[in-house]
Amino acid sequence: MSALLETRNLERSFGAVTAAVDINVSINAGEVVGVIGSNGAGKTTFINMVTGYLKPSAGEILVDGRSIVGLQPRAVVRAGVGRSFQVAQLFPELSVLDNVLVALGLSVDRKLTLLRPLHSQKRRRKALEILAEYEIAGHADEVVATLPQGVRKLLDIAMAMLSSPRLMLLDEPTSGVAIEDKFALMETVMNRVRKSNAATLFVEHDMDVVQRYADRVLAFYDGRILADGTTAKVLSDPKVQELVVGHHLDIEVDSADAYESTVVPMEVRNA
Amino acid sequence: MQTKSILLLIGGALGLFVLGLLVPEWLSYLMIIAMGKGIVVLGVVLLMRAGLVSFGQGLYYCIGAYVAGTLTQFAGISDVLLILLASIAASVLVAALVGLLLCRYRGIFFAMFSMAFSMILYGLLVRSSVLGSTDGFNVLRPSLLGWVPSDDASSDLVLAVAVVMVMILGSLMWLYFRSLSGYAGEAVRENEIRVEYLGTSVFRIIYTKYLIAAALAGIGGTVTALVSGHVDPEMAYWTTSGEFVFIALMGGTSHVAAPMVGAGLFELLRTYAFAIAPYTWQMILGSTLLLIIIFLPSGLWSLVSRFSRQARG
Repeated sequence: MSALLETRNLERSFGAVTAAVDINVSINAGEVVGVIGSNGAGKTTFINMVTGYLKPSAGEILVDGRSIVGLQPRAVVRAGVGRSFQVAQLFPELSVLDNVLVALGLSVDRKLTLLRPLHSQKRRRKALEILAEYEIAGHADEVVATLPQGVRKLLDIAMAMLSSPRLMLLDEPTSGVAIEDKFALMETVMNRVRKSNAATLFVEHDMDVVQRYADRVLAFYDGRILADGTTAKVLSDPKVQELVVGHHLDIEVDSADAYESTVVPMEVRNA
Repeated sequence: MQTKSILLLIGGALGLFVLGLLVPEWLSYLMIIAMGKGIVVLGVVLLMRAGLVSFGQGLYYCIGAYVAGTLTQFAGISDVLLILLASIAASVLVAALVGLLLCRYRGIFFAMFSMAFSMILYGLLVRSSVLGSTDGFNVLRPSLLGWVPSDDASSDLVLAVAVVMVMILGSLMWLYFRSLSGYAGEAVRENEIRVEYLGTSVFRIIYTKYLIAAALAGIGGTVTALVSGHVDPEMAYWTTSGEFVFIALMGGTSHVAAPMVGAGLFELLRTYAFAIAPYTWQMILGSTLLLIIIFLPSGLWSLVSRFSRQARG
């Protein structure tokens, strides 16, 4: 079975600064992968390259075996890759309902109808159903600019999921969200993701969230992948704990873990 | 559209037409000019709702006017419907080419590039002796489906055309603003990144709006040329385009009627300001705009919205 997403020797430089190098990743359908790493480790650069926001300096990105390097973000979305953002990308002056209605029209209908009203009964019902699935229907008539961070994050993800992506990339879905709301938000999101059967990559700094939801973890350090393996194995790795997590984690490793090796051999600079 | 709305529309059109027949000739002339400019401003508002300010709609306004002029003067075509169709075609054709470049820019660059293109046309027309150079040339009386009106009836025909155009285009734009395409403009203004990540081309959305705005400006130019009976390069000059932006700011962008109200008040204000202070009338216009921006930042139409909200309780 070929991988849903495969990157080969992916690299991105900004002038003299190399933000990502030698990124080789393979993601299969239905996998839930946590992406960890300190700020500047290359996580968002990786997501930006996969979603067409940044063009790689070198390397290949394949979705279902087809190269998507150089495609515009809209073409990447059509190829089956959706994303949410660290800072929720919404239409702040429109209401929550209008955000979803526009998103439905642009990503599902895909016909820029000139004269048919956006606010039809059928569309409104559908939009409210979607908001209910993400547990934010109570905010339907509120203007986005007035919403709390958690609701914005959920709306951002709900809108990205409308195109039914086969691979969903969530860039720090819980950042800026109150600690007590993080798990509730992730629960809602992961329920939707599981139902859609989309493979998911989520960037996360909270190791409790990573442990609970990720089947597999990619640990980034200094623009490279330091470790790639099952969540338990990667998070229990001393090198990952020292360089990425920053503190000790007590994790039991199941000997039947699917991945034989977690730490990818590499020279760790400044270690 | 509901039957009630259609009846209101027809009633409004008839009312406007009858009003145009009853008021003094100078005021009727002013009404038609205001309607012509209001149609152009409708396009400016369309672009503004997508976050773009065009200082170059004079380009298409002038093209529409010159098409009317050249067809009546040089091609012997005076049928107002044919002239309107030709104006739309010419404006959209030029916009289709110019828009390929322009619609890639935003903010001040879009504003300045749009102005640059209208100034190129201005320069070409000033140099063109065949088209009367700086003096321009006269536009002959229009006809309608073989009917050639008398001198007096000619202005009534243009009045009827202007009223019908305002009603039809106003209704279409009203529907458009409520459609997905209309909201897509607001979405682009608010967040282009999200629009792209919904799988839609931002360029396509803006390009479509640019073409529609050009067609509206072409129609507005034709109406103005037919009522004034004259065209000249000033129609493409940057101050003409600035006037359209001025009217859009005066009226507001929240309703299709706002540009018409803005254009009507602008023409009246200018006429009276000129009569009262022939050498400093621009100061009166400038002060008025300043007051509107300070006290009614969403334009004059925001007053109507406020009152209607209060009336609804």
